[in-house]
Amino acid sequence: MSSTLIRAERPLFEGADWEFSTIQRCHDEISKIALGEMGLDIYTNQIEVIGTEQMLDAYSSIGMPLFYKHWSFGKHFARNEAMYQAGMQGLAYEIVINSNPCISYIMEENTAMMQTLVIAHAAFGHNHFFKNNYLFQQWTDANGILDYLEFARDYIMSCEERYGEVAVERLLDAAHALMSHAVHKYPRKRTADLRSEEKRERERREHDEKVFNDLWRTVPGKDATKNNPTAAEQRKALLQLPQENILYFMEKTAPRLAPWQREVLRIVRIIAQYFYPQSQTKVMNEGCATYTHYEIMNRLHAKGLLTDGAMVEFLSSHTNVVFQPEFDDRRYSGLNPYALGFAMMQDIERICKTPTAEDKQWFPHIAGCNDHMNVLRDVWANYRDESFILQYLSPKLVRQFGLFHVMDDSNEPNLRVEAIHDERGYRKIKQALAKQYDISWTSADIQVVDVNLAGDRKLILHHRALNRVLLEEKDARHVLQHLADLWGYDVLMKEIDPGTEAVLKEHAASPRPGIVKVEPAA
Amino acid sequence: MHIVDRRLNPSGKNLANRQRFMRRAKQQIRKAVHETAGSRSIKDADEGGEVVLPAQGVHEPSFRRSSSGGIRDHLLPGNKEYIAGDTIARPPGGGGGSGSEGSPDGEGEDDFRFALSREEFVDLFLEDLELPDLAKRRVVNAEAVVYHRAGYSVSGSPANLALNRTVRNSLSRRIALRRPKADELEALKQEIEALSDGSDEPRRIALEEELARKKRRTGLIPYIDPLDVRYKRFEATPKPVAQAVMFCLMDVSGSMTEHMKDLAKRFYVLLYIFLKRRYKNVEVVFIRHTHQASEVDEDTFFNSPETGGTVVSTALEEMQRVIAERYSPDNWNIYAAQASDGDNTASDNDKTAALLTKVLLPACQYYAYLEVGRDSEHFPPGFIRRDSDLWQTYSTIIRNGAPMAMRKVGHRRDIYPVFRELFAKKNQGAEAHAE
Repeated sequence: MSSTLIRAERPLFEGADWEFSTIQRCHDEISKIALGEMGLDIYTNQIEVIGTEQMLDAYSSIGMPLFYKHWSFGKHFARNEAMYQAGMQGLAYEIVINSNPCISYIMEENTAMMQTLVIAHAAFGHNHFFKNNYLFQQWTDANGILDYLEFARDYIMSCEERYGEVAVERLLDAAHALMSHAVHKYPRKRTADLRSEEKRERERREHDEKVFNDLWRTVPGKDATKNNPTAAEQRKALLQLPQENILYFMEKTAPRLAPWQREVLRIVRIIAQYFYPQSQTKVMNEGCATYTHYEIMNRLHAKGLLTDGAMVEFLSSHTNVVFQPEFDDRRYSGLNPYALGFAMMQDIERICKTPTAEDKQWFPHIAGCNDHMNVLRDVWANYRDESFILQYLSPKLVRQFGLFHVMDDSNEPNLRVEAIHDERGYRKIKQALAKQYDISWTSADIQVVDVNLAGDRKLILHHRALNRVLLEEKDARHVLQHLADLWGYDVLMKEIDPGTEAVLKEHAASPRPGIVKVEPAA
Repeated sequence: MHIVDRRLNPSGKNLANRQRFMRRAKQQIRKAVHETAGSRSIKDADEGGEVVLPAQGVHEPSFRRSSSGGIRDHLLPGNKEYIAGDTIARPPGGGGGSGSEGSPDGEGEDDFRFALSREEFVDLFLEDLELPDLAKRRVVNAEAVVYHRAGYSVSGSPANLALNRTVRNSLSRRIALRRPKADELEALKQEIEALSDGSDEPRRIALEEELARKKRRTGLIPYIDPLDVRYKRFEATPKPVAQAVMFCLMDVSGSMTEHMKDLAKRFYVLLYIFLKRRYKNVEVVFIRHTHQASEVDEDTFFNSPETGGTVVSTALEEMQRVIAERYSPDNWNIYAAQASDGDNTASDNDKTAALLTKVLLPACQYYAYLEVGRDSEHFPPGFIRRDSDLWQTYSTIIRNGAPMAMRKVGHRRDIYPVFRELFAKKNQGAEAHAE
């Protein structure tokens, strides 16, 4: 391409002030770059200008524009407000919601440059990711979420009117406590409807007739009785056990819940499911948005649409966002997803454009392909943090970040350095880092395994304590209490070492009256 | 793209959640408020502000993996000296040197800190207290007006248009005047249409005439006539504004130490806040006395030293004078709080008692006497302290059932409990007895 860059006659804005027409102009120019040049694919944008209190509001109700009422949101609001007023915490420049149209909140205090940055970051970067990433496509319904939230709010409000605020609050408390274990991690098999069942049965019969051979009858077969499932197996199949979505299990099988209570549990669990992809794509989502805004701001500047002053202001802000303090730094608080994500996206661009011999060896399928946007779009659509890091963390980045892997075994007196940024370490570090973003490694593996249906209806859960890491005891006791309140009978949780199957710890809870009627113990 | 300006949306969207949170944590907040009230300077006792709650009560539990024990992997940036196989001494605290552990919501077990508004603070501060004898509420300058819905009117502003009522009137008028309905006209038109082939010409002409007549009638009788229009009517009722005056009487003779004055001051401030909650208009009169009394301003009252004997009745006379001059008991709710160390010239006791029972108590809503003692007063066991002159005098008055209360206070921390005790709701106790 030899077309010379056409310089704009005047920049989008000068100085820090903005008005609505500025935002409209910025959006239009960014849109030309993002859609025309970078080939992003987005939901229609809806940009909402809000003030400080509204931003605090959005914070406390997990960013959602409308939400049901619960004391915990009031608590978060009060704390954020106190911290904000004491100057201990600044506010985010934007919040973006995975909905169609995609709603981005921007703060009124932002400068014109900041609004441009925020629009590029949220309204295009995040928006593209929401629309195209497979996890979001699989698990969230951007078209329906706002309507669903409205339904949820109204439904819970009507429950409060009918059954009293206290009853609803108790139920929501219990549901919120279990929210972290209220997601389906794998898409479930769709239960076959009668027609397809019948069709399958017919095909099976036809197949049997085709391959019928009377001789098979004479061959000694397996013991028929062995095939019969035991009562326990039948029960587990009936209750769909083991089940890791605890709220789902409660909604479907808790014996004493009223229909409205099941519906409320369902609302909480559907909202938890809606946020499930976000927790798995933090690095990618921020990486995608940061890469997008960086690219767009640079191109705007190149076109003469941003003044040099605005560009310097942008670079200063951008550098703060992608700053990664080292482990012995006082400011260190874990890997910064913006830093890692942005670095990896830029690294992919580098590998596509100017690969080294090492890159060609590690990434033969993209090295030197010279079409980095295509590769990035594919990455953004088809990976989550864990698989992304496993696939694309290059040795160069490991060196650049100086990553090293420390193993902390509580049985050993000392920590041990397992791997560093050398030839032997790259792969180990890549795998270990990917694991840190794998939700099945980071969240506790808790499953409902059995119910004593014939006897006292005791619910039994197992926590498979990966690497012998047990649950935080006080919290676990509280949550188990909530669970027993929902279940209406005793609950027992065993913490099991997955290696030896030994029971490391047990917690038990008996229901309190309040959510369901509890029979006095015999 | 749409740009929506949400800045003008109604604020306080989170108010309902906040109230729920406050209700939830009420016990703890109340405790925190009472503790805070003890520690902060009394001048801004009613300012609201930050309170600290223990994290436990409003904790939201979840299944979390423990932050200690087991095998953990840490991936850290910024390696400078380590090579694979190195061992590192475990850093103290067992956190493994990684900040990625710890509670997921970043809250931890820290105390929970948040700000109460002034209203919320005072509400909790003075909860369960009530003013004795509120009967004498005077309607003075009725400055406040409250509007109530009261029926309908034929005139008003468009914003108050009563749509339902208007359409109902219109409907009944249309029925009464037989205004042709839209579907009637439609039916006629269709019939004419059907006859347009010329099969029944006379009938068609009759129908045409009928249609023309009905159309004319429709034009003459409006769908909504100004006669139909009704507006919601609001009636203004004057809201009684009660007013109160609070007399602060204090002995400032040499025997009153700074400590005693401080105690008295704390009590006055509490009373002032409390009265302010109940009455829109609260005035304060300061009367100090030694062997003679005078009305002074606040600063002089608390700060300028004075010497002399102690004659309580002078203060009561001064109060009587001020009441007669400015605060007629017919128009004012009168509250008085007297603070003293209990000394009085022996010959004055009878006069004091007479003044109180005959003149002042009938005019007052409530009279509180606070006997302030020395902080360091320790009595050996078995030592019976003689009641002060004033205490003895007042005890006789109370025994005769006057609206008066008296308490002894020795330490700053007693002020608030004593205050609560004086103004605690009485009817709860009464109910309990009735059961």
